[in-house]
Amino acid sequence: MLNISGIHEGVVIDHIKAGGAMRIYEYLNLENYDYTVAIIKNATSHAMGRKDIIKIEGPLDNVNLNVLGVMDKNITINIIKNDKIVEKGKLDLPEYVTNVIRCKNPRCITSIEQGLEHKFKLTNRSQGTYRCVYCETKFTDK
Amino acid sequence: MNTSLNTLIFLNFRRLELTLKHLISPMDFTIEETNDLLALAERIKDNPDKYAHVCDGKKIATLFYEPSTRTRLSFETAMINLGGQVIGFSSAQSSSAAKGESVADTIRVISCFADICAMRHPKEGAPTVASQFSDIPVINAGDGGHNHPTQTLTDLLTIKLLKGDLNNLTIGLCGDLKFGRTVHSLINAMVRYSNTRFVLISPNELRIPDYLRKEVLDANNIDYLETDELEKNMPDLDILYMTRVQRERFFNEEDYVRLKDSFILDEKKMQYARDDMFVLHPLPRVNEISVSVDKDPRAVYFKQVQYGVYARMALIMKLLDIKEP
Repeated sequence: MLNISGIHEGVVIDHIKAGGAMRIYEYLNLENYDYTVAIIKNATSHAMGRKDIIKIEGPLDNVNLNVLGVMDKNITINIIKNDKIVEKGKLDLPEYVTNVIRCKNPRCITSIEQGLEHKFKLTNRSQGTYRCVYCETKFTDK
Repeated sequence: MNTSLNTLIFLNFRRLELTLKHLISPMDFTIEETNDLLALAERIKDNPDKYAHVCDGKKIATLFYEPSTRTRLSFETAMINLGGQVIGFSSAQSSSAAKGESVADTIRVISCFADICAMRHPKEGAPTVASQFSDIPVINAGDGGHNHPTQTLTDLLTIKLLKGDLNNLTIGLCGDLKFGRTVHSLINAMVRYSNTRFVLISPNELRIPDYLRKEVLDANNIDYLETDELEKNMPDLDILYMTRVQRERFFNEEDYVRLKDSFILDEKKMQYARDDMFVLHPLPRVNEISVSVDKDPRAVYFKQVQYGVYARMALIMKLLDIKEP
């Protein structure tokens, strides 16, 4: 069993679909911070079988973590301060997300028009469905 | 600048922002707005001379990035019938798009020339982009396989004028129900009326998309039947909406050839239909309606084209906020 020590102040991003941690690492631009970061791949999970976890030692005050729910709606976030979990739970999906995910429909105007924002609207909160505001294609992470 | 003048300018700016309307999706208008528009179209049909000069001095720009005969000419006829004039282009090659200009830039330029524009574009969502950068109303005249709201208005007007009411109707939709954007839009529009029933007639491969079944039909508790039998269901129908199996929607020729002749309407099948059933088609027709059906008074697809002009006249008036003369 791999042991990684607890963190004094920071964020634990849990229940990431196995194999998805690096995408989230890249989205959060963690390579540009001096924080201590642990990426745990393929950890055992009762609910998911396998999962990824990211532990970040450091404040992420300026990052909208809710956006992570668009990439993977099962993700949970634990905010840790003074060695204690002060906030825990699922993400509150934002109504719109801009330039986080990209429309994959080859017939969408975003495929040819340079400079357009890739903007998605939440159309079904319970299922976490996002659709492109231009072509209305459902976003799928495949 | 004093405060009151600032406020006045701000209020005027807000008013302009609020009154600038576009038609991008068939569902942009509420059912009340749609009914008002259809009523105006009906008044135009009954008395076209009354509306012959309401758009004097106005210009429509028809920005057609791909070829279309009926839709472009219908928009141009509609504006001319209202006393207005037309500018525009009919293919991407003859526009600045050939030089690489973006839709966003093109519409900002066109906003300086015209009072309203109708845009057809092969890419889905292009008119949405245009509406975000435009100072004039933008009408989506078809964006790829996505939306074609003025066809839907045309279909609704045709049904309203011929059946007298948009409630309590059994609508048969036949042919390509998977890729046919006119079918999807008509279903979305008709579920807003009461007691609508659909008979969805298509080969298995071309059934309606799953999202339409779940998010529109099931979600609204709509009564519908999915079947591959046209003849058997003919007696139940108030309207039969035929569609073309479009070559350009298929990725391979084999599938197209195998499915294109699946559901052909001919005189024999028309014998099973009621006397007050009407056949609609968004056109162009290829061979899914036999030419011999054309002389049947229930075949109204060419009348539908005429009604499309009235629908577009009403739409232009509404978006330009032109009052009843």
